[in-house]
Amino acid sequence: MEALLQPVQDLLGVAWVPVWTLVKIFAIILPLMGCVAYLTLAERKIIGWMQVRNGPNRVTFFGIKALGGLAQPIADGLKLLFKEIVLPSASSKTLFVLAPVLALAPSLAAWAVIPFNDGLVLADINAGLLYIMAITSMGVYGVIIAGWASNSKYAFLGSLRSAAQIVAYEIAMGFALVTVLMVSQSLNLSDIVRGQGHGLFADMGLGVLSWNWLPLFPMFIVYFIAGVAETNRSPFDVVEGESEIVAGHMIEYSGMAFALFFLAEYANMILIATLTAIMFLGGWLSPVGFLPDGFHWLAAKSAFCLFFFLWLRATFPRYRYDQIMRLGWKVFIPVTIVWLVFIGGWMMSPLSIWK
Amino acid sequence: MDFQTAVFYFLSTILVVASLRVITARNPVHAALYLVLSFFTAGGVWMLLRAEFLAIALVLVYVGAVMVLFLFVVMMLDINIERLREGFWANLVPGLIVAGLMLAEMFAVLGAKYFSAGAAPAPEAPAMDYSNTKELGRLIYTEYVYPFELASVILLVAIIAAIALTMRKRKDTKFQEPAKQIAVRREDRVRLVSMPAEKE
Repeated sequence: MEALLQPVQDLLGVAWVPVWTLVKIFAIILPLMGCVAYLTLAERKIIGWMQVRNGPNRVTFFGIKALGGLAQPIADGLKLLFKEIVLPSASSKTLFVLAPVLALAPSLAAWAVIPFNDGLVLADINAGLLYIMAITSMGVYGVIIAGWASNSKYAFLGSLRSAAQIVAYEIAMGFALVTVLMVSQSLNLSDIVRGQGHGLFADMGLGVLSWNWLPLFPMFIVYFIAGVAETNRSPFDVVEGESEIVAGHMIEYSGMAFALFFLAEYANMILIATLTAIMFLGGWLSPVGFLPDGFHWLAAKSAFCLFFFLWLRATFPRYRYDQIMRLGWKVFIPVTIVWLVFIGGWMMSPLSIWK
Repeated sequence: MDFQTAVFYFLSTILVVASLRVITARNPVHAALYLVLSFFTAGGVWMLLRAEFLAIALVLVYVGAVMVLFLFVVMMLDINIERLREGFWANLVPGLIVAGLMLAEMFAVLGAKYFSAGAAPAPEAPAMDYSNTKELGRLIYTEYVYPFELASVILLVAIIAAIALTMRKRKDTKFQEPAKQIAVRREDRVRLVSMPAEKE
């Protein structure tokens, strides 16, 4: 690989670093977009099967019947691409166009510090965890600005709900991550994964029991549920509750502008699933000693978490708004604070397992 | 001009323009969004100074939380801009005097020998494994532990005061206690009465 790249590097000179970084960024973003597209299909298929239906099964490649439904995301994408983007009258035009971009950009930018394998990361920075928290907290602007710029009551209500909900759950999420960084003594995501690779059970060949999910079990649950709430997914989707406020912040959007919100939501889901896999489920590490570590484990764990997102959507009715606020402020935040203190005491005691 | 200087001027230009727009933008929501942009760019400038923890904390706290709530409030305001601009000429002179005073004070502080850019030697580049966050944590919990604890206590008092000032129980509120709702048993709601069958 090195020898192959050397001539290109000599040819480009100073431009090599930006060009090579761009290549790496595309190598992350393009498969991610593919995953987003097929996650929408997976969602419709899985929920369909759970409800004893078939889900989309018509659109196919080259007329092959066995691949029925597989081309559905492409058809959906093309349809949205060719639709007209309607600008509502008396809306704030610049912000109206900017909002979907602001929704999508943070969910893509966060992937810069995600380690896919040992050493396979775009930016291996020290403060990776902080970066993730800062960048994901900016995703809410897309929703708020969309709601305000649309000049519509429904959209505005949706954005207000979203702002309150995201701020509430971000605190619980942050505390859950604080315990993770306490036990791994590092903010670097690669180090957090490596830290989960050793311990009593990992030495016995049972790495799965050494990962953070077991000692930090309440944090794992809080993080994942808060993640569902942060991405505005069912059962926390009051932001776009169809039966109450039609589609919330997205109501005035059509065509590709709407599709960008859609992409942002699914990209955020994949991000939360991957982060859960990295923080609590050992990232790229293999669950048992006799199988090799590798990217496939991270992919499998993320897919498992993503399945939960879909499963939750097919199972639970939507939360009432005051119940969402109660769960965030009165249940999750006290639970995380208590566990934070408990873990602190555990680490200082002679029984600490993180020496 | 090396790369770092170029980035600095790029960020500073955005920062200055955004800050100016904060006070000149007609729409308060636009002004708040320009403030978000200026916070974000200030984070970038701090990053150039190798203060990555502070830079990310600025984005996390101010952009991610404070400004969201700020926007939340500003968006719900129904501001009559015409009325706001009525007193412009009357307030211009006192405003200019205050601005002039502040400018003079800034010159007095920043122009003095301790703060001028040339006076302080440039800090040496830290080693590769240097972690800004770790160093900051160590300093806060060792050398500056008392000021830090004092600041946290003040913040705690402020939180409690803010809650105590705004919390009031309305008597007519239809608040439901989910814990109570879940804990309800059949016996609390339904009473089974055994009655003899009625005969015609």
